[in-house]
Amino acid sequence: MAELQFREAIKAAIDEEMAKDEKVLIMGEEVAEYNGAYKTTEGLLDKYGYKRVIDTPISELGFAGIGVGAAMNGLRPIVEFMTFNFAVLAADQIINHASKVKYMTGGQIDCPIVFRGPNASAGQLGATHSVAYDSMYAHFPGLKVIYTSEPDDAKGLLKSAIRDDNPVLFMESEQMYGLKGEVSDEEDYIIPIGKGKIKREGEHVTLVAHGKMYHLAVQAAKELAKDGVECEIIDPRTVKPLDLPLIIESIKKTNRCVILDEAHPFGGLAAEVGFLIQREAFDYLDAPVQRVTLPDVCAPFAKNLFDLWYPSVKQVVDAVNQVTYRN
Amino acid sequence: MAKKKSGNVEFAPRGIGDEKSGAVQKGVDLPAATKSKHKDLGLSAAKLKAMYEQMYLQRRFEERAMQQYQKGKFGGFLHLYIGQEAISTGTTFALNDDDDIITAYRDHGWGLCRGISANEGMAELFGKATGCSRGKGGSMHFAKAENHFWGGYGIVGGHIPIGGGLAFANKYEQNGRISTCFFGDGAVDQGALHETFNIAQLWKLPAIFVVENNGYSMGTAARRHTVADIVDRADGYGMKSAVINGMDVFSVYEKMKEIADDVRKNSEPWFVEIRTYRYRGHSMSDPQKYRTKEELEEYQKNDPIERLKTYILENDIAKEAALEKIEEKVEQEVLDAVEFADNSDFPKDEELYEDMFVEDDPYFHT
Repeated sequence: MAELQFREAIKAAIDEEMAKDEKVLIMGEEVAEYNGAYKTTEGLLDKYGYKRVIDTPISELGFAGIGVGAAMNGLRPIVEFMTFNFAVLAADQIINHASKVKYMTGGQIDCPIVFRGPNASAGQLGATHSVAYDSMYAHFPGLKVIYTSEPDDAKGLLKSAIRDDNPVLFMESEQMYGLKGEVSDEEDYIIPIGKGKIKREGEHVTLVAHGKMYHLAVQAAKELAKDGVECEIIDPRTVKPLDLPLIIESIKKTNRCVILDEAHPFGGLAAEVGFLIQREAFDYLDAPVQRVTLPDVCAPFAKNLFDLWYPSVKQVVDAVNQVTYRN
Repeated sequence: MAKKKSGNVEFAPRGIGDEKSGAVQKGVDLPAATKSKHKDLGLSAAKLKAMYEQMYLQRRFEERAMQQYQKGKFGGFLHLYIGQEAISTGTTFALNDDDDIITAYRDHGWGLCRGISANEGMAELFGKATGCSRGKGGSMHFAKAENHFWGGYGIVGGHIPIGGGLAFANKYEQNGRISTCFFGDGAVDQGALHETFNIAQLWKLPAIFVVENNGYSMGTAARRHTVADIVDRADGYGMKSAVINGMDVFSVYEKMKEIADDVRKNSEPWFVEIRTYRYRGHSMSDPQKYRTKEELEEYQKNDPIERLKTYILENDIAKEAALEKIEEKVEQEVLDAVEFADNSDFPKDEELYEDMFVEDDPYFHT
């Protein structure tokens, strides 16, 4: 095992896949000469040159679509967005084209492309830079969506994403790029898309948490352990395909569940997983499933309002207390 | 500062309701056709007859399709290309067979040009498993990827960046292929066009972007939806450009060949405005109140198929009887296609879940 920062794990995945396959290239704003807005592509221009590491104008719709066309015509582009908040401008290419081209041509055209970049809030950045988009994209058939929480997952899953012959969205976080973690140094380390992981075992309650929310779950679990409540933490890692069997198996053991999601409450992952649990494990539940999400409100700037807005450890502890009838 | 209180505030320029003079309004100004003869263009008699057959096939295919649609044989949208056949035909003859073509939803003519048979095309319209897109695409999504026809796309302007991407891959692979991307005049107002033009010029993509300006963005005349001459958009990007008479197949062939040679040689994009006219409505549900019968008749005098026929006869390239033989063959081909489509099976129920992902056994959320 080697200790890597999140950004180093991402860079290693891209580097290894570019070395392996000439058809893999990366394009995006500031990815080449600037070495990446968040340094996830540092050194790649020197290593692979201007043909395969390409700076784009601030033109998300344009370069995302060029990526889609290039993928259709035989290449394997990685399209980096400086944040998925900006990718909304490119949503037509992701939602209307990349996800649908194979189906509507009766299977004639594949679109092996990775759209990646940071997702969700990164602190006091205001209303337009703070939205979690993983559940929104997971809504659309034809897309795979990954939002990882730790460097090891990031490396193994990004390599899988680049090799996948379908369009994949791979989400990161500005606030996690500096996070360090042990990363497998197994040669050609791959984690299959669609497999979650039990990251903490516990018998009293299941916490489902991915992306940054995983770290909130870890803190809450530590607090709760002091009171003798043992949380089982499941990190789905892949939002879609969702590893539902892993979640259900855990619920059958703990009989209680709190879902953490960095998105707004309506129609997000928390809503979906909540539905699935009642369908698949209704008889095993000892309490209604609870969730901790953002409120149904835009991101505020003011520090005090931001702290109210962003999910907190206390909210998770309170939700656990609710499902365990401890309050 | 805006003017204060005027009784007459308007935004979009008015359309036909404003015409009082009785003069025939013109959707587009057709530039002069080429004076080149077929021999100047290196087109043999056989090629001319093949062009005629191709244009005639597109016309008859769509006339039959319209009839079948009206009989209720299939549903969905049906956007007809009738009147514009010289563009698809002239271009396809000018390009190499492995050059890429991508277009918008008015795509039947393009598909037929690139090897979708009348059978496969009609079956796709009928939503049958034997269709070119296995009944999954319908009228708007004809495709024949093996022949480098990347399909018809339904979001106005949405496929313009994709056309750039096809060219990107060709430049990346240095394979000598060029990409062509066709769209209607409505698409020039989309941001996707401008973002793609900027990147295509900056990155020197071997692409030809072509607006088939048929004068109307659905029911809105070009002068009511866009400013200046459409082709002038190229100037802002320092892009090479041309205007072509799209009612004349020789003009399209000559200029597109010249442009394709330039793109292949220099790897720089072009923006081409081909002026044409669509005889039918935007789709089958269009009452066409935005234009007059006189205007339509004016353009029909320039019919591209009649024009080629006249040329062939006047220059003694083929006798009337020979052309009639071609016409009869095509009539039969299209009638057979209707029968083929009618008799073909719909896709099986399990095909609902096929073609979403590349895996044989993919995950579907339930």
